[in-house]
Amino acid sequence: MNLSGKNVILHDMCLRDGMHPKQHQISIEQMINISGALDDAGVPLIEVTHGDGLGGASLNYGFAAHTDEEYMMAVVNKVKKAKISALLLPGIGTVDHLRMAAGCGVTTIRVATHCTEANVSRQHINLSQQMGLDTVGFLMMAHMVTPEQLLEQAKLMESYGANCIYCTDSAGYMLPDDVTARIMLLRSKLSKDTQIGFHGHHNLAMGVANSLAALEAGADRIDGSAAGLGAGAGNTPLEVMAAVLDRMGATTGIDIFKLMDAAEEQVIPIMDEPVRLSRDALVLGYAGAYSSFLLFAKRAELRYGVPSHQILLEMARRRTVGGQEDLIEDIAIEMAAIAKH
Amino acid sequence: MTKKLRAVIIGPGNIGTDLLMKALRSDWIEPVWMVGIDESPGIQRARDYGLKVSTDGVDGMLNFIEEDNIKIAFDATSAYVHAENSQRLTARGVTMIDLTPAAIGPYCVPPVNLDQLLKEGHQGNVNMVTCGGQATIPLVAAVSRVQAVSYAEIVATVASESVGMGTRDNIDEFTRTTSSAIESVGGAGKGKAIIIINPAEPPLVMRDTVHCLTVDTPDQPAITASFKKMITEVQRYVPGFIMLNKPLFNRNKVTISVQVEGLGDFLPKYSGNLDIMTAAGLRTAEMLAQQST
Repeated sequence: MNLSGKNVILHDMCLRDGMHPKQHQISIEQMINISGALDDAGVPLIEVTHGDGLGGASLNYGFAAHTDEEYMMAVVNKVKKAKISALLLPGIGTVDHLRMAAGCGVTTIRVATHCTEANVSRQHINLSQQMGLDTVGFLMMAHMVTPEQLLEQAKLMESYGANCIYCTDSAGYMLPDDVTARIMLLRSKLSKDTQIGFHGHHNLAMGVANSLAALEAGADRIDGSAAGLGAGAGNTPLEVMAAVLDRMGATTGIDIFKLMDAAEEQVIPIMDEPVRLSRDALVLGYAGAYSSFLLFAKRAELRYGVPSHQILLEMARRRTVGGQEDLIEDIAIEMAAIAKH
Repeated sequence: MTKKLRAVIIGPGNIGTDLLMKALRSDWIEPVWMVGIDESPGIQRARDYGLKVSTDGVDGMLNFIEEDNIKIAFDATSAYVHAENSQRLTARGVTMIDLTPAAIGPYCVPPVNLDQLLKEGHQGNVNMVTCGGQATIPLVAAVSRVQAVSYAEIVATVASESVGMGTRDNIDEFTRTTSSAIESVGGAGKGKAIIIINPAEPPLVMRDTVHCLTVDTPDQPAITASFKKMITEVQRYVPGFIMLNKPLFNRNKVTISVQVEGLGDFLPKYSGNLDIMTAAGLRTAEMLAQQST
């Protein structure tokens, strides 16, 4: 694989996707320290939002320690060079949240939908583009559709005004060939001016391999997370990705040793538990369930005595999509009742 | 049978047609007109059922309001069109039952506030909130009538096939309208609404989770009884409205999940989200008819 001289935009997720394993309890001080260290290492783009996006603070997904506004203001004021992004899931967040984020100084808005439901994103992508923001269409659980179906949805988002389209492996289910097929098709059929991105989860330990496949197929942006802090087995570990790209002669603008320091000294210490490829995370990737279901299944196991990985398998079997966390407790109760008989 | 209130249905699409099927069975409402803007399968179906039809919008039937003694109009068009329709029809003494997100009139969730709306007098226009609102606000109200609810949140999970372009183009409207009615009708201090769209095949039946935070410790037996009573009320017009598992109590948090299966009149059974709108709209009209006799 030859990526020599290729420009790659690495986008850090630990202050958004990393909110999942932290149950949305990252402190403002931790946000400032981590974003400062990432900025100092030259990470160009840092996402800061509730794990489930703007407006995600809820009984269903968990309330964060602070509001999105407080987090975003703190980070925007801290960083010198890095740009800050926010995630928005239509159906959870609204254009009011989008305007608020832009008011805080966020310059990239990523509008996320399930990979078949892009047409709920029109009003949000429209507005973001009209406001002159870097506007990303983020197609989640992209393993559940064919490359052709993904392209159809990507074209909708592009037509609404997205200047970048993501193939998002929310379940960490994809293998490198799956990524190649999707990114190649997006690259060949979308406008040349539209950037392509890939967001991986490490549930089958494919984070780096999949991201490299995406780059080889023409992707411009890669999501990762310092120390991998993210849902499931975490995201593609950003410092590893940066080191690999450095070895391959690609250009990221990142000081890899400073990034390693940020991961080791700022991110690892805030973890409640090591983010690792546990049985639960492996099941997520193997069966194809949404990564942020993991902690919900663990809590249901504690409460109802049903093994969490069995709950996650059932969530995958029912072809659930991101956001259906409320089904987990019901499934656990059903499984517990069956086990009794 | 002369007591039946005579009605026009505006919008011969899926919702309007499903409503027509239900209205044809009603002891209190007689559908007389179907209004569209052009020849369509929905218009033809209405004709087949013996309705008079307009393919020229509301204009095509305005002159027949007195002659045909039209008292009720169901509007299943769009918020924008509804505003115009409402102005014209309410001026002629027709009560509008608004199934669009226009919300010109007060929100109406039949088992929660219809009695109150009727008591307050002839409203001219009532709005049926949203599908998620019809399915969940009764449950919020079931808690708030027992004790104070500081916050209520609903999660509606619906089949992709059952979400039309109107909702998709302006999904924020769903979020905002439902949140606002959770407060004003459901009685929660603050409301939040979330909608999840799932494309699985075969399509999943609408499912709703309602979380409430009570100000004081929840009175579990009273709330459980109140849920049961409320669910029975909703089942009078949506028999497929059923509780999944028992209500869950965790400190001040009360959680209940329901499944909403439609009658499958014209819309498929899984789209309980649409069925509960048409059924609630018809239920509202029937209560008006009962009051006016």
